[in-house]
Amino acid sequence: MIINHPLLGPRDSSEFYHMGDAVLMDRPDPEAENAAEQFHDYAYLRDNPAGEYRELWYHEQGDRSWLVVTRDTLTHEISSVELAREVARAQGRSK
Amino acid sequence: MTKRLDGGLIDRSKPLNFTFNGKKMQGFQGDTLASGLIANGQKIVGRSFKYHRPRGIFTSGSEEPNALVQLRSGAHQEPNTRATVAELFEGLTATSQNHRGSLENDIMGGIDLLSPFLSAGFYYKTFMWPKSFWEKVYEPFIRSSAGLGRLSMEVDPDSYDKGHAHCDVLVIGSGPAGLMAALSAAKSGAEVIFADEDALMGGRLNAETFEVGGQSGSEWAAATVAELSSMSNVRVMNRTTVYGSYDHGIYGALERRTDHLVSSNGKPRQIAWKIYSKRAILCAGATERSIAFGNNDRPGIMLSGSVRTYANRFAVTPGQSVAILTNNDDGWRTAADLHAKGVDLAAVVDTRDTSPLGSFTGASIVTGAAVKDTKGRKGLQNITLTNGQTIQADCLAVAGGWNPNVHLTCHQRGRPTWNEDLSAFVPGGELPPGMIVAGSANGTYGLAGCLAEGRDAANTTVKDLGFTASRTQAPKAEDEASSVTPIWHVPAGKSRCWIDLQNDVSSKDVKLASSEGYRSVELLKRYTTLGMATDQGKTANVLGLAVLAEAQGKSIPETGTTIFRPPYTPVAMGALGGRAVGLDFRPFRLTPSHKWAEENGATFVEAGMWLRAQWYAKTGEQGWRDSVDREVIATRKSVGICDVTTLGKIDIQGKDAAAFLNKVYANAFGKLAAGKVRYGLMLREDGIVMDDGTTACMAENHYVMTTTTANAGPVFRHLDFCRQVLYPDMDVHIISVTDGWAQFAVAGPNARKLLQKVVDEQHDISNEGFPFMACGEISVCGGVPSRLFRISFSGEMAYEIAVPSQYGDDMIRALMSAGEEFDAVPYGTEALGVMRIEKGHAAGNELTGQTSALNLGLGGMVSKNKDCIGKTLSKRPDMNRDDVWNLVGLQPVDKSVPLNAGAHFLEKGAEPNMTNDLGWMTSVAYSPSLGYSIGLGFVKAGSTRKGDVIRAWDAMRKKDVDVEIVSAHFIDPEGERLRA
Amino acid sequence: MRFSAFKIFKEGLTGNKGWTPHWREPEPKPSYDVIVVGGGGHGLATAYYLAKEFGVTNVAVLEKGWLGSGNIGRNTTIIRSNYMLPENNPFYEMAMKLWENLEQDTNYNSMFSQRGILNLCHSDPQRDAMARRGNAMILSGADAELLNREQVRELCPFLSFDNERFPITGGLLQRRGGTARHDAVAWGYARGADMRGVDIIQNCEVTGFHIENGVCTGVDTTKGPIKANKVGVCVAGSSSRVMAKAGLRLPIESHVLQAFVSEGLKPTIPGVVTFGAGHLYISQSDKGGLVFGGDIDKYNTYAQRGNLPVIEHIAEDMRAMIPALGRVRLLRGWGGVMDMSMDGTPFIDKTHIGGLYFNGGWCYGGFKATPSSGWCYAHLLAKDESHELAKGFRLDRFIGGNMVDEKGQGPQPNLH
Repeated sequence: MIINHPLLGPRDSSEFYHMGDAVLMDRPDPEAENAAEQFHDYAYLRDNPAGEYRELWYHEQGDRSWLVVTRDTLTHEISSVELAREVARAQGRSK
Repeated sequence: MTKRLDGGLIDRSKPLNFTFNGKKMQGFQGDTLASGLIANGQKIVGRSFKYHRPRGIFTSGSEEPNALVQLRSGAHQEPNTRATVAELFEGLTATSQNHRGSLENDIMGGIDLLSPFLSAGFYYKTFMWPKSFWEKVYEPFIRSSAGLGRLSMEVDPDSYDKGHAHCDVLVIGSGPAGLMAALSAAKSGAEVIFADEDALMGGRLNAETFEVGGQSGSEWAAATVAELSSMSNVRVMNRTTVYGSYDHGIYGALERRTDHLVSSNGKPRQIAWKIYSKRAILCAGATERSIAFGNNDRPGIMLSGSVRTYANRFAVTPGQSVAILTNNDDGWRTAADLHAKGVDLAAVVDTRDTSPLGSFTGASIVTGAAVKDTKGRKGLQNITLTNGQTIQADCLAVAGGWNPNVHLTCHQRGRPTWNEDLSAFVPGGELPPGMIVAGSANGTYGLAGCLAEGRDAANTTVKDLGFTASRTQAPKAEDEASSVTPIWHVPAGKSRCWIDLQNDVSSKDVKLASSEGYRSVELLKRYTTLGMATDQGKTANVLGLAVLAEAQGKSIPETGTTIFRPPYTPVAMGALGGRAVGLDFRPFRLTPSHKWAEENGATFVEAGMWLRAQWYAKTGEQGWRDSVDREVIATRKSVGICDVTTLGKIDIQGKDAAAFLNKVYANAFGKLAAGKVRYGLMLREDGIVMDDGTTACMAENHYVMTTTTANAGPVFRHLDFCRQVLYPDMDVHIISVTDGWAQFAVAGPNARKLLQKVVDEQHDISNEGFPFMACGEISVCGGVPSRLFRISFSGEMAYEIAVPSQYGDDMIRALMSAGEEFDAVPYGTEALGVMRIEKGHAAGNELTGQTSALNLGLGGMVSKNKDCIGKTLSKRPDMNRDDVWNLVGLQPVDKSVPLNAGAHFLEKGAEPNMTNDLGWMTSVAYSPSLGYSIGLGFVKAGSTRKGDVIRAWDAMRKKDVDVEIVSAHFIDPEGERLRA
Repeated sequence: MRFSAFKIFKEGLTGNKGWTPHWREPEPKPSYDVIVVGGGGHGLATAYYLAKEFGVTNVAVLEKGWLGSGNIGRNTTIIRSNYMLPENNPFYEMAMKLWENLEQDTNYNSMFSQRGILNLCHSDPQRDAMARRGNAMILSGADAELLNREQVRELCPFLSFDNERFPITGGLLQRRGGTARHDAVAWGYARGADMRGVDIIQNCEVTGFHIENGVCTGVDTTKGPIKANKVGVCVAGSSSRVMAKAGLRLPIESHVLQAFVSEGLKPTIPGVVTFGAGHLYISQSDKGGLVFGGDIDKYNTYAQRGNLPVIEHIAEDMRAMIPALGRVRLLRGWGGVMDMSMDGTPFIDKTHIGGLYFNGGWCYGGFKATPSSGWCYAHLLAKDESHELAKGFRLDRFIGGNMVDEKGQGPQPNLH
């Protein structure tokens, strides 16, 4: 596979490390009343869709960016690649 | 050698000697082994897989099911090599496969007589009684008769390379469509890679007598290839099989560099390419198929187009009296070409009720009939037609129609679709993205059509990529007739009609499977092994499907199809593995003191990719234990030095660095002062321990973290995840400096005295000035910048000193020479391990990714006052039960008995079973300090059981040892030495 | 019809005309006691044991494609009971014992061949972990032997013992491990279940569940609605997709595992060998092909195909482990979609929906478990309670923190 890195252009997927579903960005609030349940769902439950899927890749053999890749799990077609940091900020994550 | 025909593309000035089964033969440059064998009159070339039937050459290409040989000998022996694609070279040796005794008189040949009892799937129904006979009798017999060629079992002496190539347009196949596609694409300015599996590019143009643009087809092909080769934007790759289509335009291709030479001469034998293409044009041509009639497998029965190839390209005829069976116009071309070459034709049999398309002196012309059966066990003698006529012939050319080579179109799970007009599967709608298909691979069989379609495909493709299409004209050529009325199967009474020649699957097998319920084509394939041989059913699959459809009274498209998987033709594992062989399997990482350690008798051990000194043997020592014991004792008595460079080192800076550490470590890190080090415990989000290490605060907002050797990569990745994704606005920057610093532990009561000799004098490293868990930027040896950490893994008063890597070799020499007066010893990973067990420190054997802080006795470290990664889930109830495993120390009740890691714990007297399992011994060592064997282990509720005696039960080494549960801190439990 | 050598002999003499279908091709009835969704190995085994051991014969197996088209149709056929954790190994040892009698039990030769499985180790910590594992195997009633380098060399002299980047220091041998003819396992179970009255319905895809007041009462299929008292889903590879139709999110991701076979060779490798300094397992089939595989492709996918990096890794590992295999040619590779669970361990459990049961999450180790998975699932479906040996395979185990993580990789499925 080839991942079109937003900063570095097309790169072979063997330069990357694949972690999993981009929901891993949404770490729950540990202070929430049902934090235990939220953390369980966060760590263990997945939609695992057959189709469009947002996932986290790490450019380990490259610039060490974490990327959010939107890829179809049936065809492997990649429709977007974004810097995870920017996505996280846009989703309201900060410190 | 039998007489060669006129013409052909062989070089008669270059005769080549070769042997087959030891028999001396001669061919010419340009021959394949198959054409060479035909030229020498060799009829039988191998035995079939199941019934050991004599088989001859069936095709002239990579689809060959029969003519598989062991090529070369000794360590170079290559089993299952298709004679039809092996280029002849001087001195080639080949031997036939799958027979006991000689090829001609295979004693296994008799198994064919038992075939009524060996129908499809017979082995699923028997060999079950008596039960014990399967492994002892039946299976050994089956295994000994299984397989085809034999591997030498010697180390492959050849080398292989990998290559990466990039292009705008990859053109696969060099027949008329491919040539025009490559030429048109190249003239538009696109970067083109043009690949073909054959040594001689041109595809069927080299096998036919077509005219292209007023030249012979092969001349036009050669001229076009020459033109392409001269263009700087074209890479022409002959002898290169594009074997697989992968995601995003990546193609796997195998280039054979030296297989046509007598020796590789140290050059890579093959190159496995990854071709990164923006677009691909598949011009892979078509493969002829057979017709299932009685005994259609005899040596001398060959596909019609291949007979033509042998006559036209190789100037040999597979028979002196050739009969032709055809269900389409193409068979007549074979007749015409052979006739033109002066080969005697015995008959042309067209299964269609048409008027003959030609007449040939001496040949019976029969229409509306088929071949029903044949005779001639070791070589065809005659054929019997459905009209009862018997015709003498030593070669039968079978023209059953052509199947487009759709293989690569299926590699991303696309399904071909049935074309009724062609009676063949053509590429379906779901091609790999970026691929288009042209020429006969696309079902366009006429020459003029192929040329035009190749050009059009290229024009479409390059326009798509933003180039201006060239105005390349297709040369003048004619479309040949190709009308077909399919006939698949001519029932022949008791005679078997073969479908898969290599795996010996007959039409009866197909029908039997269908009648037994294996009605899906996938089940049929699995039950009968149809299409599973080394040719992957290239000549058999469609025929098998047709017979299955016939058996079920359905049409072929209703019956379905199987799809093709990569590789298109088999690929040597050596090529796929490239240079990663032997010691080059993985790189070596060496520490800066490696050379010094070598000079000093170190034995090295692999730690991931690192080589680390395991111990340093001295003269007179009787084995590793002597060395290790000495190193431990000397260190604990005076001072020892160990290279700890391999520990991961991560430099962390930024205004939020402390807050960041507070998130990633379970224990509090907010208030670590500059000049101080703290032990840190890192959890995964699931509350299990990920890693541990120390982090030093070098200055405000500047930290250096160490990780275990094994987790250096994963921890760095995790930190980057936290910093970029979870806490994107934290001002924190990290960089791995593992390889940037050489680091040495200096441990033992005289560690400080030793260091004082190398540390520049302005730095106070006294106990008061530089207490336990202090750190600082200092200089050594007169100004070499370095970092000093007062930390201890051994339990001794110890330091770790780091210098930039380029000073690492000097540093170890300086330390050792400064240590001479203290009898300083270097110690390796074994002594390191012994001392950490004596001290009760957890390491890799305890940090298994299955243990929580509580398991390790570090539950109290998980801060209650802050959030951290892993905190919430570490509080789950079942991870905090009273009976969870706790890390404890263990010592044998009888101190003379050694302990074994991996032993499980049982109560005394308990039955050894899973219910009674109390835990296991994680690490053991002989403690030279204590004089007996000690261990660490996880015991259920172990922290409440100090003083209890349990059993360390070890079935693996047949030991059952009473052990006492003790504190894991065997040495200096109060930590006085550390602080000295 | 009973299969035997005598039957083959008799049929051979009479033109093989007396063979009959191994199973019926029935149309679905309006309702069943139990519907098993998924006609792969585990589903067919479940139906077989439901009928044979638990007396539940009013059963339908609904298969979207052809029977055995799940991962039982595409795997590397390895059978072993060499797990380490108490929740796992007794279960796999139960399977091993069932394997040992499977052919006689089903009267179908699935060619289970106990030629042994040898895991190589290359370091002291690996050896320690193997000793721990080997002892756990013995505690579970399995067999295991810890070998040193010389013993490994004696058993498998063709392994790399010169010029090794990671020298072999020993290995863990389970002599009762081995391989079986994977398709035949499905066929044997199918035939045995069919004989006992189970309806195996091919080309019948479940498109939805009937759930009323928290209870599942049947399914919608491409062949119409079918009622059932109990519905047992058993569709590893598609678990998330199917269970989503009942509104469940699972602790599972789908990944592809590639497997490979070489051209047929005369006997080369006696049993199963696995590499400890990489990721490779290899054996030789009774037909002569080397059958091998390695790691999953690492990215989530439902496509039954893989990519080149894994193939290249496997090729490197193969030559590092057995240097003589450089000239062996890769014949065919294929990809199977795996239910990768969050701790690498499967699930056999009820769901929160009454009458709806789940079996899945087998990662890439499901084949060897086929008999005990079928048996334990049948037990659960018949008796409504977990089999003693499958109690660790609860769907809700992560809530309390009862992970069953053999590899210690945590909740990241592509690492298991």
